[in-house]
Formats: sequence, C-alpha cells, structure tokens
Amino acid sequence: MLSSSDKIGLVFFPAFDWAIDPTHPEREERLLYTQDQVFEEGIFDIEGIVEFKPDIATAEDIRRVHFCVPDERSVTTESHLISAGGAKKIGSEVLERNISRGFALVRPPGHHAMRVVHGTRGFCNINIEAIMIEYLRQAYGVDRVAIVDTDCHHGDGTQDIYWHDPDTLFISVHQDGRTLYPGTGFTSETGGPAAAGTTINLPLPPHTSEEGFLYALDNAILPILEEFKPQLIINSAGQDNHYSDPITDMHFSAQGYAELTSRLKPHIAVLEGGYSIESALPYMNVGIILALAGMDYSRISEPDYDPDSLRQGPEISRKIEKVVQESLKVWKQGADIRHNNCRESKLFSRERHIFYDTDRLVEIQKETLRTCPECAGLLTIDSQTDRGRRILAVHIPRKACKLCRQAGYQVYDSTGMEGYFRIFLQDRTSDEYFVKK
Amino acid sequence: MIIGLDVGGTHTDGVLIGNGCILRQVKVATDTCNLFDCVCACLDKITRDVPPQAIRRAVLSTTLTTNSIAEGKLENIGVVVSAGPGIDPANYRIGNHYYCVSGSIDHRGREVQPLKEREIEEIADIFLAENIRRAAVISKFSVRNPGHELQMARILARSCDIVVPGHSLSATLNFPRRIATAWLSAAVHPVHKMFFEAVRESLKSKGFEIPIYVLKADGGTMSFEASLHTPEQTIFSGPAASVLGALPFASSTGDTLVLDIGGTTTDIAVFVDRTPLLEPIGGEVAGRRTLVRALNTRSIPVGGDSCVEVIDGDLRIGPHRHGPAMAYGGSHPTPTDALFVLGKALNGNVEAARRGLSPVARQLEISIEDTANLILDLACKKIIRAAREMIEQINRKPVYTVKELLSGYKINPVEILTLGGPAPFFAPRLEKLTGISTCAVPQWHVANAIGAAMAKNTSEVTLFADTQRGLALAPEEEFSQPVGKNFDRKAALSMACELLRAKCMKAGASESEIDLEVVEDYQFNMIRDFSTVGRNIRVRVQTRPGLIPECRDLAQSMFNCCVLPDCLETVNSEPEKLITHHSSLVTSH
Ligand SMILES: [Zn+2]
Ligand SMILES: [Zn+2]
Repeated sequence: MLSSSDKIGLVFFPAFDWAIDPTHPEREERLLYTQDQVFEEGIFDIEGIVEFKPDIATAEDIRRVHFCVPDERSVTTESHLISAGGAKKIGSEVLERNISRGFALVRPPGHHAMRVVHGTRGFCNINIEAIMIEYLRQAYGVDRVAIVDTDCHHGDGTQDIYWHDPDTLFISVHQDGRTLYPGTGFTSETGGPAAAGTTINLPLPPHTSEEGFLYALDNAILPILEEFKPQLIINSAGQDNHYSDPITDMHFSAQGYAELTSRLKPHIAVLEGGYSIESALPYMNVGIILALAGMDYSRISEPDYDPDSLRQGPEISRKIEKVVQESLKVWKQGADIRHNNCRESKLFSRERHIFYDTDRLVEIQKETLRTCPECAGLLTIDSQTDRGRRILAVHIPRKACKLCRQAGYQVYDSTGMEGYFRIFLQDRTSDEYFVKK
Repeated sequence: MIIGLDVGGTHTDGVLIGNGCILRQVKVATDTCNLFDCVCACLDKITRDVPPQAIRRAVLSTTLTTNSIAEGKLENIGVVVSAGPGIDPANYRIGNHYYCVSGSIDHRGREVQPLKEREIEEIADIFLAENIRRAAVISKFSVRNPGHELQMARILARSCDIVVPGHSLSATLNFPRRIATAWLSAAVHPVHKMFFEAVRESLKSKGFEIPIYVLKADGGTMSFEASLHTPEQTIFSGPAASVLGALPFASSTGDTLVLDIGGTTTDIAVFVDRTPLLEPIGGEVAGRRTLVRALNTRSIPVGGDSCVEVIDGDLRIGPHRHGPAMAYGGSHPTPTDALFVLGKALNGNVEAARRGLSPVARQLEISIEDTANLILDLACKKIIRAAREMIEQINRKPVYTVKELLSGYKINPVEILTLGGPAPFFAPRLEKLTGISTCAVPQWHVANAIGAAMAKNTSEVTLFADTQRGLALAPEEEFSQPVGKNFDRKAALSMACELLRAKCMKAGASESEIDLEVVEDYQFNMIRDFSTVGRNIRVRVQTRPGLIPECRDLAQSMFNCCVLPDCLETVNSEPEKLITHHSSLVTSH
C-alpha cells in the first residue's frame, strides 16, 4: 500500500446541498470534480492520510474573532459553521500531534470576512482561518502564527482581523488590486500602528506564472517567515490563481501549487477560493495533498497543462522583483515603526468605507487604537451601514495589559445606547463577549 | 428444504432447513488440502435419504479462494494499466506481469489521450510468449468511460482466455482498488469455477439438480452462474455467514453488536435496523484494499484457543494460538481451559486445564479459580474495547452534505449477540462488563451454516448520467444509453431500478427477495459562465443483505425445537454445554 512520509489529516466537506444561489460560483457543484479526482486517485487509502469529520463551529468560536451584527445566527448558515469547524478540526488534530499537517478542503471560504460582519463579502461571511487560529490560541496556548494567503484575491478580511496584532504575521500574495476584487492589498498596507510590518502584501501582476509565485515565495515569504519564527504556519489555499480560473487572470498551475506547498510546508492549509471547478481544482487539490504528505507530485497535471504557453514575460518578472523588494523593506522597517508608535500611549484612528459586494451594502467604519507600551493596545470600532445600523465594538486584545483591559470595560460600560443599535465588548484576555442592546 | 454449508478454517458446517426448522446439522473437520472431498462429505451427510425434489437450493460459503490467495497458489496474471497524469501507477504494481501504458481519461469521462494500440499489441505478444492466459485491464476513470478498458480487452483477447475489465466489477471511483479488484477477479476465476463445477457435478450424479448459490462477502447470495463474472465477490465470505446467522435474533428497535468468538479470533459486526453494516468502499482481501462489497467486520486475535501467559507480571491473551486448549491435549493454557476450570465446559480433561492455569495463577499469586475468572474477563474486555473502537470509527465516517452532518446518526448498540464456540459462557460476562443485554444466538455452533442457508440475494447498480455529454452509464452492467437534456434524477432512478431488477433476477433472486433501496441520489446542475449546461446525476440503488422472505420471521423457538417426521433426528440444542472442536454434532440415523 502507498504510504506518505508525513502523517497528514484532511477534512473534506463539499457541502453538496448548499449554495449561495443556484448559479453562483459558490454552489453545490464546486467540489464535485475534486471529490471525483481525490476518490479516483485513492487518496484516502494512502497509509498516513486520515480523513476527519468536520466539527461545527459555535457562536463562542465566532465571538473570539468577529462582531456579528445583529448576531452570529443572523449572518451565518450551518454551512459556514461546518466550514469553520472543518478548519478548527484540522487545527486541533495538528496541535494534538495526531497529524503533522492538515488540509481543510471546505466551502464556503472566509478570507474576505472582516472583524465586523454586517453581511456577506466576496462569498465570505465568517473568517474560517481566524476562527480556527483564535480557537487554537485559546485551547492550546499557541502564540505566534503566520498566515500565508495565496488566494488570487487579496485576503482583506484576514488582514483586517489581524491588522493590529503583532503576533500574527499576515502575508497575502494576490493579483494586483488595480485589476481585481477587492481592490486592496498594496505594498503600502503594512499593518496598524502597533503591528506595523506584520502585514505584508505582495500584489502580483496579471499573468504571473509558476516562476513568479515561486520567486515571491523564495525571496520574500520564506525569508520573512524565517525571521518571524511562527509556531504555526497557515496557508489560505485559494486556487483561483489557476490559469483556467474564470474570474481571475493569473497563470498558476497544479504543479506550481504543489511545489509552493512543498516549500512553504504549512502546518494547516485551508481552501479558500477557486472557481475553475473542472479544470483546476481536481488537480490542484490532489497536488497540494501529495505535497503536504511529502509524496511525489511530479506526475500531477491538468489535461491541458503546457508550461511553455504559460510562461511570464520579462516585464512581469521585473514587476515582481520590485514588489518583493518593497515587501522586504516593509518587513525590515516594521519593528522600528511599531516601537516608535508604542513608546507611549497615543490615539490612532482610520476611517473606511467597506463594500459588501454580495449583500450590496456599504459600511462606514471609524477605528481607533490607543497604543500602549505594555500591550497591543485597546481597539474600538464605530461602524454603521448605509441601511442605518450603527454599532460600537470594543476589542481587548489577547495579551492586553491590566490598564487597557480596564479601559475597554470602561468604554463599554460608560457608552450610552443613544444612536447605537448594539454595543459589543470582546475581551480576549478572559475569552468573554458582551452585547448591549 | 434448503441446504446451507459453510467451510471454515477448522470446521465445515452444514445444515438442512425446512418448515422453519433445522432438520439436520453436520460438522466435519475441514481438510484444507482437499476442500472438495470435505464439502462432498458434508453434503452427503446432509442429503442422505432426502428426496432430491424436496431441496430448493443449496448455498455455499467457502474459504476456497481465500486459501488460494493466502497460499499464493494463483497462476500468473497479466495486469495492464492506463493511468494518465496523477499518482504514479507503478505504485500499484501487482504480480510479475504488470504493465503501464499510455492513454488518459478525465473525471467527466472525456478522452484526454488515446491509447496507443501498438503498446498493447506488444504486451499481448509477451503474454502469448509467456503463456499468460488471464489478464486484468484497468484505466483511470473507466467507470466514467469504459472505452479504453474495452479496447485493451479486445486486443489482449488474442492471447488471453479471460480478460477482466475493471469497470465491470464496481462503479466506485478508486483506481488503486480497481486494479487490485480486477487482478483478484482474474486470479481466482479458475479455482472458483473448477471447484463449483465439480460440486455441481457431484450433486448431479446423486440426482440433485438443484440451484447452487454462493455466499458473497457482503452477506448476499448469487447463483453460481452469475458468480463466474465476479468470483472476487465470494472471497472472504466466512464472517458474512456467521453474521447472517445472528440476524433473525437481532432487535428491531435498536442497533446490535454481533460477536463471533472463535478459536483464534473474534469477528465483530454491527446491525443497524436489522441490517448488517457494509464497508464504506469495499473489503480488504489478503492485505489488499478492494472494491468488493463486504460486510463491515473487524477481526481481533482473541478467541477460545488464544495463548494465555504472564509477561512482567501482566496477564496476556493472544495474539498467538499454540494449538488447542490443554483440556484437549494442547500445550498452552487458553481461555477455554479457564472455562473448564470453572466447570463451564464439558468433555475435556479438566485436570489438564487446571495444570495449565496453575503456573499462571502462581505468577499472579491468586487462586486458580480467580485466574480463570481473570482470564475470561480480560478476553471479554479486549473484545469490548475492539468493538468500541470499531463503532467509534463507523460513527466518525465522513459525510458530504450539511443535512447528513447535522442529523449525524450515531451507532449505539442496545444488545449484543454472541456466537461461536464459547459464546454462551462469554455472554453473561460481556453483559456484566458492558451493561448491554447480551445473549448467545440459538444454535450458535452452526449459526454460520444457517446464515448461509437463509441469505438472500444482494445486488447493486450505480448509474451515472451527464446530460451535457448526453449519456447515462451503468458501468458494471455494460450499460450505456444516450439521454436528452431533460433526463433527470427521477428518470435516472427508475432506469437504475430497472437495471437492478434485471441484475437480481440474473443472479438467481426470486421476485420476493427484491426490495430495492436508494443509497445515493444526487443531481448537480452544471453551470458554466452563469448558465446551466446540463445535469450531473449520480444514483446508486441496491438490495441490502438480509434473509430470504421465508426465513425472515423465524422466531428463536423454531430453532430450538426441530422435528423432522420422516427422519427422527435429535439436535443438540442445550446452550449450557460447550461443544468441543472434535466432537461431531451429527447424529444421523
Ligand atoms: Zn479568491
Ligand atoms: Zn496596554
């Protein structure tokens, strides 16, 4: 019998009875052909590859990450809970040391879901990676985590959630935001005042091929990871950077993805996007699984794979080199900026408009961070949608100092409901969550 | 009247059933070197003085093919594999004549790369030169498009008598298992055919021209004629026979755990809704995972003859067997000896049993009786632990829809049925340890043969339709038919049911045995560029394992009192006595 060199775990949950709507890319059929390929290749019979049933994420799990308006129940379906639960299951199995790596092949995705959730953005409601990470931190005391988001779209939700967390390194490789949804993810987006340099964006030009992705990996991602020294590496394994994907313009391949996985060696991979359901996903997923398991993936390829026709031009290579240089600079300068901002307690704020493409609503958000020499600082978010619901959310970070924690409770207690639909308090030091109506 | 016969590793059991009673039961020692004589001897004893026209059918379960695989007695089989991109098919090499050729088909069943006929012709020449007369041909995704396998089979037919194409054995997607299954099928074919033809001839010569059925690993029967196309399904039917023997006594209101406690091993199975559970994909035969439909059974090396010893102050049972219990002249103490010490077993040398247990007792510094109790408790605990693990594993089985995940049925046995040699003596202990009501199956010593006799036919049909390709396909049935845009799940189901009915009849099922059941029923709308281009439909229908209608409602009492007016035969049905391995139960007149 075939056996893997690393013991790995898979959660495979195609949700064959769930769709955003019947013709939406996020529909029942999405993982059908992936299932066929995975089954036909006999992946689950390989000694050392185990399949797990997903857990179902709870409201408690979501409350470690999000402020759901009006509540968790209203912005999720069972399918979202299973998807997040699938990631959570893989994470626990890795932390329990039952497996050395794992892959949550689940849908729907989650990397566009931000901290405040008013509805669906980019097919995402809740952030499945963040829910997993915060659960693992709570249950297993994990501290430093790196997320490498290789989905073709900028992982703006994950970036938002970890914007102010210096212990979570978020690296996103994606198609340049000037050419694709959600239009963000530029090298200038480098993290909040207390976490500068722990958000790294690598926007790659359209038609980037294997060569370009692997160049960014070898020259930016891996060296930065090496210095950050995470306890866990998570890969948001979106597969819409494939050359056949209908909604993007990149030239990545199953071979390239398997190679990337084998070099990145993530502890946990979580499926994100990927809508070339027949021509890409079946092959990419098999490639990722074999690479995670430390097995030979050299013979995995799409029926129409032709590396010569996919090669990127020299112009593209030059652009990528430049992006890599900029990202290294962001990383190198981050520590000093963080240090400067946190020397004494200061207020930083930013205002944003966030568009929920799926639900067609606009959120106007004002975020205020009070930096602190002792901790990541107190975060408050005042958010309102164009439909009128205004909320105040207070986030006390996981390693908050006593003063910041007290300040958080004070804001929550002393703010009156006038003008607010809900007021939330998320205390990550005690794993508590409060709502005022 | 019906004949049931089960050839086990040590015994061959036979029963004659009629009027809801066991009319006759026979137990002979199995002679692995001469199974045929052994089966004939058993059949002779069962049918003695029975008018041929009184017998409706005979069902046989044998270890014949299992043995031939274990002994590596199978002839050279050629295996030709066409894989295309993916995991290197060299990993699945089986036998000494394994060839990988060009050609590839994708998951929708579209040809990506044609076969190179020249390559296969060359292999045909090699097979001819090396006198390889049987071959298996397997291509990846052949169950979506059997074209390449059929083409390979056609070319190899010039050198081989039998070429087994993988898609004809199972419609399940699993290329490595398909290779193993097709190889097995080609390999066991002649042994299977020769044996059963000989049995049929032998019966015929005595005037019995009765339909012969063979028991399959999934606990169903098929006619001997039908089994020639899929002989691999009859491998490993041993556990199935016993499990079915327990079926009439299973609770209809909850799940049942079945424990067949033998000499060296205990087989564990589970009934849900009075139906034995099947392996999700297929059974494991001779260490190879296959697509052969099989009952979900687990075997652990704990039985009445398991060796008992003390290692570093710890009592150990199994995994080895060093011959029979000391009460029967063996050299090592066993759980069976413990039964003798406690006065539970008769017809053996109690002194020898005590002699066997006394050094164990000395090492544990307790009395011989306490030792005996400790041994039996430990054996029971090991069995219970394995059963729990098995149930947990079944309950962990992944599902792929939100509905199934949320409804998540979990197995939770409300009763335990034991059979096999020490069954009645283990039952109270198992009950005490688990708190689950436990009883020994009546006629536990021949339940296997009874199970074989009563088993109904099982069949399965998988239909796959792709309306964009305009095709409906049931690969195992060699069925394919063009379908229009409007073909839907409902039409697919009725097509599959029709095919299944025909398959059941062909396998020798009587109309009353056919109770169709839908086990898989999916329809996906295929959307390309936001518009529907077709439907992808997958349906699977089956008849599940169970008992033929005339045996379905056999009450326990019917098994206990058996009177055959014209041949006064007494049947040993005292549950308190342990029937020894060597005593024959037959009391013919
Ligand atoms: Zn995406
Ligand atoms: Zn602080």
